Amino acid sequence: MQITSPDFKQNARIALQDVGLQKALGNVKTGFPHKRATAMARLPEFDQLRDEARDLKNHIIENLDIYLEAFESKVLENGGHVHWCRTSEDARKTILKICQEKNARTVTKGKSMVTEEINLNEYLEANGVTPVETDLGEYILQLRGEHPSHIIAPAIHLNLEDVSETFHANHHKPKSMDPAVLMQEAREELRNKFVAADVGITGANFLVAETGSSIIVTNEGNGDLTQILPKTHIVVTSIEKVVPTLEDMTLFLRLLARSATGQEFTVYNTLSTGPRREGDQDGPEEYHVVLVDNGRSEMIASELREMLRCIRCAACMNHCPVYGAVGGHSYGWVYPGPMGSVLTPQMIGIEKGALLPNASTFCGKCESVCPVRIPLPKLMRYWRRNEFEKHLTPKAARWGIGVWGFFAKRPALYRQLSSFSNLALRTLAGKKARINKLPLASGWTDGRDMPAPSDKTFMQLWSEKQKNGASS
Amino acid sequence: MSKAEILGQIRRGLGRTEPSAADRDAVASRIAAHKANLIPARAQIPEKECQQLFIDMAREAAADVIELNSLKALPSAIAEWLDQYSITDLVAAVDAPLPELCKKLPETIHIRTGVAQAGDLASLTTAFLGIAETGTLMLYSRPDSPTTLNFLPDNHLVVLNRSDIVGVYEEAWAKVRELNQGKMPRTVNMITGPSRSADIEQKLQMGAHGPRRLAIFLID
Repeated sequence: MQITSPDFKQNARIALQDVGLQKALGNVKTGFPHKRATAMARLPEFDQLRDEARDLKNHIIENLDIYLEAFESKVLENGGHVHWCRTSEDARKTILKICQEKNARTVTKGKSMVTEEINLNEYLEANGVTPVETDLGEYILQLRGEHPSHIIAPAIHLNLEDVSETFHANHHKPKSMDPAVLMQEAREELRNKFVAADVGITGANFLVAETGSSIIVTNEGNGDLTQILPKTHIVVTSIEKVVPTLEDMTLFLRLLARSATGQEFTVYNTLSTGPRREGDQDGPEEYHVVLVDNGRSEMIASELREMLRCIRCAACMNHCPVYGAVGGHSYGWVYPGPMGSVLTPQMIGIEKGALLPNASTFCGKCESVCPVRIPLPKLMRYWRRNEFEKHLTPKAARWGIGVWGFFAKRPALYRQLSSFSNLALRTLAGKKARINKLPLASGWTDGRDMPAPSDKTFMQLWSEKQKNGASS
Repeated sequence: MSKAEILGQIRRGLGRTEPSAADRDAVASRIAAHKANLIPARAQIPEKECQQLFIDMAREAAADVIELNSLKALPSAIAEWLDQYSITDLVAAVDAPLPELCKKLPETIHIRTGVAQAGDLASLTTAFLGIAETGTLMLYSRPDSPTTLNFLPDNHLVVLNRSDIVGVYEEAWAKVRELNQGKMPRTVNMITGPSRSADIEQKLQMGAHGPRRLAIFLID
């Protein structure tokens, strides 16, 4: 997929004026945060589970090599195969090779962000294998030639009219504006594709070292039909998904659905362990796990290590004011929102991804809802620092930071200047307490008012408080 | 090649070389102990309350729960349930007590056994367990009970004994470990209500790709 992250500003500008997109994004803001809050209120232990999940993920990463090898040996013991892939290209080639060995013509796919990350669909198609997306949202997007704009609700940027037109054009049926009828059409269209597919590709939410199992979590049941009907099941997933035991997986499952959709539990949580057993009448004859690294192992040495705790629930983007305003496609690559602003620069390079960690007000909402307590603002700040150190920050911004730094290092001067600018801004605001035109800062005031500062600076208030405190 | 590179990079990141025997042992014993993490209090309750919680949570997830006071009442309950949707074909698993039960169904219902096919209207299976905390069924694959029965047909009818309801997932894992000398079944399904999707405008619709309806026949 084409990377447009360097054009974030332009993407955002267009997104803000896109009436359809703005209407669709309204569904994110009103839906997910409310549902998550309700689910959380019903489980008093929720925050304690988050602490345990954070600690467990840290333990796993500290022993990641050992857990991965333990997982591999269990998969082999169960008659499955494990493929270790350092890069996206390694992964694509490995998957294509398995498909070609099976003379596969069509491949059904369950929802998988890792396959988006490695750009699998285009590669398979270019090599004569037809991928068929089966998650309803992904299916809609495949018909439209689009990519997901959200990691758990891929078609959230679309409205009913869009889906209606797409299905009308592709299914050759009377146009319907009833979501139930549209879903029924997709169900019928895909039924035979499930049965006819030679290979089924799914992702994995977790890999269990204890048993050598992969688990997928879906509401539609498409992932299950993808992995039980074809003769070959390929699990495409990434190295940080491994967990020690079934009990440990359970800790994450209790958090995942509640953080993501606000459900008590996702409809289908399915564990797959190796190929079909003797006497089984269905299930795949071959079971492959493709373990993708793609820059993750490099994150361990840096502050970004904490990002490896991510369980891809999407709570951060569901609560993000920036995501809610500009939508997922503005971010210009696979992973949008706060988690994407941390991951994307790692995967496509800070040179291309630098605007993303800057597209945040650091309001902290993302960190406050993260089920594994990833300090997302801190990690975005890591990238801003990295950008500055690599001299990627625009000249004007560097100059501004330099000037600010000069004064910040001279507190007396800084205080003098800030009480002066305070007075100036208050005079400019007049009685309104809001400033709607500011010299040299039209970039700010064109779009919104600047709030006028309070009468006294923080330092003035502080010293007064100290004095009063001492006298009383 | 790739494996060595990935493991090497992980180890460099962790600031060590190959893990020591002690590190490996620590991980192995952690796995072997498979200790529970924090278990929410919700389903750590007396048996009767637990069974009611299962029923309430399953209904909340849009499953149809039919309570029966004995196995004898099951054939007519199944026949009645199928009749309300005018379904006359059933594909059934063959583990006990299903074969005996199927013999007692009215002759108007055509029964087939084996795997499910696209287009099947209804399937009948047993459930291994019910899990109260979220109203979840647990099923697993074996020659007697193919997994396609749980996903392909439009309606999934499940027989569950009231005594097979446990409180929390951890209790279920303990029972899974008792199967096949501790070897994990090929497929373990945790099913909470019928299939659904909200991918169109976040409006929830039932019956995406899996069964449109899930009927749980709960036997005393």
